[in-house]
Amino acid sequence: MDLTLADLKIGDVATIESFDVEKLPMKLIEMGCLPGNTVNLLQVAPSKDPLYLNISGSFLAIRRETALQIIVQK
Amino acid sequence: MSKNLNVALIGNPNTGKSSVFNQLTGLNQKTGNYPGITVEKRQGVCRLPRGVKARILDLPGTYSLNASSLDENVVVELLLNKNDKDFPDVAVVISDVENLKRNMLLFTQIKDLSIPTILVINMSDRMNRKGISIDAEKMEELLQAKVVLVSARKNEGINTLKQHIAAYKNISTAPCVSIAEIDQDYFSSLERTFPNQSLYKLWLVITQDVNFARIERQKMEAHDANHMRSGSFLKRLQQKETIKRYQYINNVLKACYDKDSAKATDLRGRLDRILTHKVWGFVIFFLVLLTIFQALYDWSSVPMDFIDTSFAQLSDWAKMNLPNWLAPSLMAEGVIPGLGGIVIFVPQIALLFLFIAILEETGYMSRVVFITDRVMRRFGLSGKSVVPLISGTACAIPAIMATRNIENWKERLITILVTPFTTCSARLPVYLILISLVIPNERIIGANLQGLVLMFFYLLGFAMALLAAFVLHKTLPNKQTSHFVVEMPNYRIPLLKNVVITIVEKTKSFVLEAGKIILAISILLWVMASNGPGATFKNAPEIVAAQAAVTEANFEQKLSAYKLEHSYLGYIGKGIEPIIRPLGYDWKIGIAIVSSFAAREVFVGTLATIYNVGDSEEETIKNRMSAETYPDGTPVFNLASGLSLMVFYAFAMQCMSTLAIVRKETNSWQWPAIQLVVMTVIAYLGALVTFQYFSS
Repeated sequence: MDLTLADLKIGDVATIESFDVEKLPMKLIEMGCLPGNTVNLLQVAPSKDPLYLNISGSFLAIRRETALQIIVQK
Repeated sequence: MSKNLNVALIGNPNTGKSSVFNQLTGLNQKTGNYPGITVEKRQGVCRLPRGVKARILDLPGTYSLNASSLDENVVVELLLNKNDKDFPDVAVVISDVENLKRNMLLFTQIKDLSIPTILVINMSDRMNRKGISIDAEKMEELLQAKVVLVSARKNEGINTLKQHIAAYKNISTAPCVSIAEIDQDYFSSLERTFPNQSLYKLWLVITQDVNFARIERQKMEAHDANHMRSGSFLKRLQQKETIKRYQYINNVLKACYDKDSAKATDLRGRLDRILTHKVWGFVIFFLVLLTIFQALYDWSSVPMDFIDTSFAQLSDWAKMNLPNWLAPSLMAEGVIPGLGGIVIFVPQIALLFLFIAILEETGYMSRVVFITDRVMRRFGLSGKSVVPLISGTACAIPAIMATRNIENWKERLITILVTPFTTCSARLPVYLILISLVIPNERIIGANLQGLVLMFFYLLGFAMALLAAFVLHKTLPNKQTSHFVVEMPNYRIPLLKNVVITIVEKTKSFVLEAGKIILAISILLWVMASNGPGATFKNAPEIVAAQAAVTEANFEQKLSAYKLEHSYLGYIGKGIEPIIRPLGYDWKIGIAIVSSFAAREVFVGTLATIYNVGDSEEETIKNRMSAETYPDGTPVFNLASGLSLMVFYAFAMQCMSTLAIVRKETNSWQWPAIQLVVMTVIAYLGALVTFQYFSS
């Protein structure tokens, strides 16, 4: 099983490996969610949804359903 | 005379764009709507050196020219259409020094449209604290654009910005990125088919779903449909484009931007650990809410009482002193109380906007959105719906206006539709008088029973809002799939100027927009209450004078009660009596319900008039109401009818101003009409069940 962004624990730093372009909003990609960039999970809301991230310098929150689409490597 | 200059301010949200706008224009600005949609349009005038006047257009915050919300559509639409009267001569892209890399993505897109572009790096006062240094000259050279370091907070760099705007003709319009490089085959074929056109502009026309692009696209298709490819092909190219742009930006920043992380302080991290904590986050949010509610009631009561008495005095004065041609009784009983009914809400609305502006400016609101999103989603709402639902306890109007930042149309629509269920301040006087009338002043397990009932009705409002949201969530089709991506901005101390301007502008727009309607309705009600059909109304003074039990002292009161009963309004009340009888109301309550359709708080005042109480001091109305009986001697207001009335007021859509604002925000009469019908039906059924249950 591939490791996704949703599997990270608070404080983890990982590298974005790949994702299906069609399943992600353009806005997220433009905020720096691109393969090769680092992502840091800062905080999660109850039930681990949404997730609060630092993606390549952008601080943002995304829902779990979106995070599941992003494959990362620790 | 030189031609007026069009300047567009463009930038990501949270870059302090509004602060720059406020510094450039001061209070010399006006807010309106873009035609047909509800995105706010802010325009202002700025005087430049050498007597040039610039029209500054503050475009909605946007992350990129790949539009994903109503706000962003506006920006793309304007920048594509050279013939638009607002098309900018010069674009000013506002960026935040701490998010420069991401903010510059939009800059490169604007510049590629060959519009003269100035890059403003805002919040430069934070550079030292964050260990950032920028070589602005080097950056200008690399970007082939003007770069200005600005601190809107400290009013630094604004004059330099004005000079650059005035000299916009000297700015190079060379593009940053050659779009053709992302797919040589596709773009060279596009160029062959449409020679001599900007490839990037064609690309936007192909990919963007905005009106202007749709029309242009049809023209292109008519010529050659080869370039309209599948969505996934286009999106892949868009991703490549984004990568390309970031490569360009990284190269530029490497040469002129430096950040020494050792010097940076981590306020964000420390605050976030508490404010977005699973437990503490909610505790703090609850405390913030409690403080706001307390303040909304405590701080506004004095000015509201003052406004109330002032308008009453003005009314009395008008009745006595206005010349006849000004129709003194229409003024005193229609226009002035009508205006008073609007102005009385100004303190609460201004306070509410104050708190919302502070929560937003500090960056706390995004944290609330973050912690509540999961819970709200179960009901078809979004974390962003929390703010409107809370604001609704003061007044639904500003609350509905606060839904504008919800990107997903369905979530926004549901929020708009259910917000009027929350217990607004206009329901409070109705609840208070009915509770004191039918609920015994007793203690149950140490708590005041009347207080408990009041709290129950507040909770009932919230519960109904969530239930309605849930039903709408299950029934409405989801037209637009939009993802939830919320930027978590830096914590900042709010800028006084921004807060003040927000309060002034929002309050002004409330008074003007809602005011027109409340005024019209109150005049209509007055006309219907002071006119009646036939001789029974016309000869009222003689008929009343002939009645037994009429003395000199109570003649005026008896007369006005008689007139009301035989006025058009009175006949309406009598006409609807059969319908409201099963709810436990008589025709007089019927009139109060009809007249409080315009605004709920009219209820108490109408009953005061109907029960011919001369002065509307609460105790007297209350006594009169409790003494009111049916011909058979049973009291009109008992536990069953009182609770039934409260349930009716809890659910019914009795607020013209809310309907008007819903019409404005949804841009259709359909939604306010549905709201009116459905809420009234729920209110009727709720009241029916309540009355039948408690009276049996």
